[in-house]
Amino acid sequence: MPRHVVATTTEIPAGTRKLVTVRGRRIGIFNLNGEYFGLFDRCPHQGGSLCLGLTTGLVEAPEPGTYEYSRRGEILRCPWHGWEFDIRTGQSVTDPESIRARSYQVEVAGGTEVIERKLVAETVPVMVEENYIIVDV
Amino acid sequence: MLGGAIDCDLHPSVPNLRALHPYMTDHWRDIIVQRGLSELESIAYPANSPLTARPDWRPEGRKPASTLDLVRTQALDPFRIGTAICNCLYGVQLLFSEDMGAGMARALNDWMVAEWLDKEPRLRASIVVPVQNPELAVDEIERLAGDTRFVQVLMLVMGDMPLGKRLYWPIYAAAERHNLPIGIHAGSSYRHPVTPLGWPTYYTEDYAAQAPAFQQALSSLICEGVFSKYPSLKVVLLESGFTWLPAHMWRLTKFWRGLRMEVPWVDRAPADIMRSNVRLTTQPCDAPPDRAIFQRLLDHMGSDELLLFSSDYPHWQFDGDEILPDGLPDGLAKKIMFDNPRATYARLTETV
Amino acid sequence: MNVQVAARPTVQSANASKLAIADGDIHPQRNSYKDLFPYMEQRWIEMAKTFGSRPRQAYQAGPAYPKSQPNASRRDAWPPEGGRPGSSLPFLRQQLLDENNIQLGILNPTGDNGASFQNREFGAGVAQAMNRWVEAEWLIEPRLKGSIVVPYEDTEAAVAEIERWAGDPRFVQVLMVTRTANPPGQKQYWKIYEAAAAANLPIGVHAFGFGGYPVSGSGWPSYYIEDMVGHAQSAQSFLASMVIEGVFERIPNFKMVMIESGFAWLPSLAWRLDKIWNRLKVETPHLKRAPSEYIRESVWLTTQPMEEPQPREHVLDALDWIGWDRLLFATDYPHWDFDDPTQVLPMPLPEQQRRDFFFNNAMKLYRQA
Repeated sequence: MPRHVVATTTEIPAGTRKLVTVRGRRIGIFNLNGEYFGLFDRCPHQGGSLCLGLTTGLVEAPEPGTYEYSRRGEILRCPWHGWEFDIRTGQSVTDPESIRARSYQVEVAGGTEVIERKLVAETVPVMVEENYIIVDV
Repeated sequence: MLGGAIDCDLHPSVPNLRALHPYMTDHWRDIIVQRGLSELESIAYPANSPLTARPDWRPEGRKPASTLDLVRTQALDPFRIGTAICNCLYGVQLLFSEDMGAGMARALNDWMVAEWLDKEPRLRASIVVPVQNPELAVDEIERLAGDTRFVQVLMLVMGDMPLGKRLYWPIYAAAERHNLPIGIHAGSSYRHPVTPLGWPTYYTEDYAAQAPAFQQALSSLICEGVFSKYPSLKVVLLESGFTWLPAHMWRLTKFWRGLRMEVPWVDRAPADIMRSNVRLTTQPCDAPPDRAIFQRLLDHMGSDELLLFSSDYPHWQFDGDEILPDGLPDGLAKKIMFDNPRATYARLTETV
Repeated sequence: MNVQVAARPTVQSANASKLAIADGDIHPQRNSYKDLFPYMEQRWIEMAKTFGSRPRQAYQAGPAYPKSQPNASRRDAWPPEGGRPGSSLPFLRQQLLDENNIQLGILNPTGDNGASFQNREFGAGVAQAMNRWVEAEWLIEPRLKGSIVVPYEDTEAAVAEIERWAGDPRFVQVLMVTRTANPPGQKQYWKIYEAAAAANLPIGVHAFGFGGYPVSGSGWPSYYIEDMVGHAQSAQSFLASMVIEGVFERIPNFKMVMIESGFAWLPSLAWRLDKIWNRLKVETPHLKRAPSEYIRESVWLTTQPMEEPQPREHVLDALDWIGWDRLLFATDYPHWDFDDPTQVLPMPLPEQQRRDFFFNNAMKLYRQA
């Protein structure tokens, strides 16, 4: 499975995201507390640019009138109709089994490893001392 | 048509307010006589409007459906009804005074027992509750729930507030506690105009407006979380029409997908909640003239458990004995007449 | 019952082949009252500055059902140069018209446009200014056509406004909303419909409005989702009133477009109206035909927000039952419940049907063909 270097870790601090293009596909890379996740930038609903949406937390309710708010920043809402997606898994909140955003495996590797593994780095210059975000596309 | 069907919407009428006097407290009887209160008939069914009673169901000199004899000879016997659920629409829920409303409701329910349920084993009834005050409504449910011939709690589709609002929840809690469905019937207490656009000119519009009112009632019940809080509560829409249901399922579900955060206790698709917790009676049907379209629409509903057989007697919804909507597949007709009502009204299987 | 996988909608070839399409509902947005001042009389400028709009709703800033997203808009529709979504003609050209090859876009300037102000005279003044603003700043784009904002609760002023713009071919519609202060079929509104019909303009009835009554016959719901879903019910009430009061019978050539209210509710309402009209005929001797006949002949609907049954193909039944010639594609740009023309239908349509749905029906109705 081709692995592409898309950015350095310093470009995407915790709580931020970056949109990258790999093999013609726009992918949003999100940093949740030091972990990276990749989502296809296309909402499964009507094709809106999902990764431009707001990130928020998960609102749940054990019963009407009681709000439990957790996982701030881990839920992505499509900028169009507001459908909620779990950034970690791509699953929608309303229909986790049947509606999901396409997600991509993301890993982090140091510059030396990138060079040794001959990973594809189309637009990102690879330096030994840097850490890189690699997407499995 | 098969005999023994369960008719889920039949309307005995109160001949006049005097008929309830024996069932009132001395206080209320004297008060209403002294004040000259003579009638509680709602404008929802004007006395001589064609819809209010079929011509052959209008006896000379008497109110339609006002005696047991009329109901037996015009409905129960000719349609071979096995069991009929009486939903009395006398306007006790329309009074502004909460206490008077409660007093009248009590008298109405006691009249139903003495003059109808005690005398005709085929009859069951809904508890008419004074929705003006949810606590008093709960009192009435508690008072009567022990009589298993009461199989439902009756409310009207339009009242002071949308039916899902929390202030009504004590009623739903009591109903769920006693395994009683909530029956929501067409009609209004006219606290608001029946449309969001004001008071319509024609009665024709008033009656047409009931269908959108039911749609909004469903939105309210679901979005407020009544079925999250009371998951085993069943709600029966009475005289609501049902061909509007798929469109409403689609729209409410679509918007929920984007707006779930506002109502996070709605944890499954509204269409699924409707299929599990909501039932609708078959008259009026509002069907298309084309049978194939009707059958396709039934497919859209996505469940064969939704519909409950009803006559809506004495309202003029059909001619002759065409009491079942035309074009129902055979298996479904049987389910509508027997299985679905039994599954909805647990008390029916106890006493039938 | 398991929810069927929401299959990714098939991309229509419309975008790929750049089929010309018509958009039945676009919302030009002013940034503030100041945008209207060049077009407003001085006394109304003072009124706007001092007392504001005062529609029949609680807050100065907007409805007491807060929207789900700022300005009720797509988050990617904020113009790069600044301003609110829908306020920039260049950005709208690029993001909406060019991107989707829209050759006919109908502008519906809803929202704080004077029509439901408590002060009717002021409202009429603002409505007039809105039309001048649209004419000066939006209709310079030839692909866009305007809907005349009318202060419909003031019949005389509304008629005057229709007559003011009736001869201008860049205005193709008269704009009302579904929640009027009284049922719209009532006598006090008839002159508006007569004026529109005389000018050969359909009335476009857009979701929303603040007539002052609760949004349901049972009072005010709690939630924005109920307000949004409720537009289908308001539209049903609006349509029922127009039919039963005999507006279509009385005014030949009167045409109406229901905008942004959904459409799947229509067949059932038509069947219900037929049944109840027939039963209660004695009440409405002025009606010479069945309600469904008037509807079939004189009512169109925009398709946004598109219905989303599961399976999605069920929506094609609803479209069949309504009649494919009655439907006008719309995006509702820049609002969040936007429909993308390439994604909006669950399957590609036969060629003729596709052209009618996306273009020809609107061109014919708005007399652009």
